[in-house]
Amino acid sequence: MKLNRKDLLNLESLSSEEIELILNTAVPFKRLFTHSIKKVPTLRGKTVAFLFYEPSTRTRTSFELAAKRLAADTLDLAVPLSSVQKGESLLDTGKTLEAMKVDFIVIRHSENGAPELLSKNLKVHVVNAGDGTHEHPTQGLLDLFTLREKKKKIKGLRVVILGDILHSRVARSNLWGLTKMGARVTLCGPKSLLPEEIKRVFGKSVRIEYDLKKAVEDADAINVLRIQKERQSQGFIPSLTEYIERYGLHQNKISWLKKDCIVLHPGPMNRGIEIDSSVADGERSVILEQVTNGIAIRMAVLYLLAGSTLNPQAALENS
Amino acid sequence: MKKKIGEKDFKKILEEIVSKFVEENKDSLKEGSIGLVGIHTRGVILAKRIALILQKKYKSQAAVGSLDITLYRDDVGEIGNQPLVKETDIPFSIEGRTILLVDDVLYTGRTIRSALDALLELGRPKLIRLTVMADRAGRELPIQADYCGTEISVAKNEEVQIKVKEIDGEDGIWILKK
Repeated sequence: MKLNRKDLLNLESLSSEEIELILNTAVPFKRLFTHSIKKVPTLRGKTVAFLFYEPSTRTRTSFELAAKRLAADTLDLAVPLSSVQKGESLLDTGKTLEAMKVDFIVIRHSENGAPELLSKNLKVHVVNAGDGTHEHPTQGLLDLFTLREKKKKIKGLRVVILGDILHSRVARSNLWGLTKMGARVTLCGPKSLLPEEIKRVFGKSVRIEYDLKKAVEDADAINVLRIQKERQSQGFIPSLTEYIERYGLHQNKISWLKKDCIVLHPGPMNRGIEIDSSVADGERSVILEQVTNGIAIRMAVLYLLAGSTLNPQAALENS
Repeated sequence: MKKKIGEKDFKKILEEIVSKFVEENKDSLKEGSIGLVGIHTRGVILAKRIALILQKKYKSQAAVGSLDITLYRDDVGEIGNQPLVKETDIPFSIEGRTILLVDDVLYTGRTIRSALDALLELGRPKLIRLTVMADRAGRELPIQADYCGTEISVAKNEEVQIKVKEIDGEDGIWILKK
């Protein structure tokens, strides 16, 4: 089994075998973190450029550590300071990086499909680090990895995705990944944040539940999404207090959960809103392990893309 | 496919390797500071066999670990090269130990170069020795085995293959045409 792709743009187009290969490859990478020297020389001489059009601390840091632990060089295009501000188009920036012979572009962008645009027009490897409300594939993969590690399987697991599904690329990547790997997904949140489109795309393979108690009763895991406070002013949430009352995963609802139900959150957390501290820091929480696993997953992705037959060098030789 | 060495000789070769190693490393054996490190996949099996011989015949204990050299190869990131990453599991400190690195076939020497890099990142052993079941011509780096089971001369288009019961159902050394 190989991952014969130039880019990682989404989980929608990956097969369950490809997802499994990435998860399996991340296992030995995670093991490296227990060594005193966490770095291996695998991608020595390769350059990974970060092109982040949206602020991000943890994803960017995680990718940077992943690249550095593989001994690649990293390049951070500080977008607010760069010629992007002077109006350079995304594609021109991408082509400039390609002309500088970088090997990977890791991109975050507020527009859905921005990574795909680069992917189609450039020979370098493109990794989507989150595009608009579309996908955040490495987050989806690290959530799958964490679930598999904790529960020893994914198939048949009952997983609740809770909160702002409408605006969440994390939710979409999770939905694709979980359904492909055979988990039973329940989406839970207020009607205004559960888009019709998802029901259309996933049909009967996901359950929609507006009542939190009903949604979480038999859950093996709950993935709590971040609620962006500005959604209230945009009218998606009538009142934050009401949201917290109905959907905030706080201590007062913990008695509804099964004993072994774990809690995930992609971060950064709004403590006291979608989750409270007693849950976030409690024994069910795997939130910090998600952070550790994120580096291993991103190392696996960089490693596998570098070795694919759709390597940029191959593309150059064939052109 | 041609059988070069059968089960009986395979066993004998392994015992000879251990005997030579014991002869030259008596002090480390006495101190119990021997570490056997097998290179994935068949090297790990051979390392375990060596530990067993040390235990049965010489009443000596040696720690066994496995080493995956994939991430230290000099050809990853090349076109279409996506070898499966396996786990390095060395459950002992290599610091100050006498390490016997174990592999099945010594050919270009590149695997051993990678293994040395990988190993040295885990600490500073007292010394590292190399043993292989079979040595064939074709070295691309100046690396030689300290304890070599058998030398096998083959043509360039032939491959030396070590089989072990645990994986292949039988012990032996085979030559096959590529």
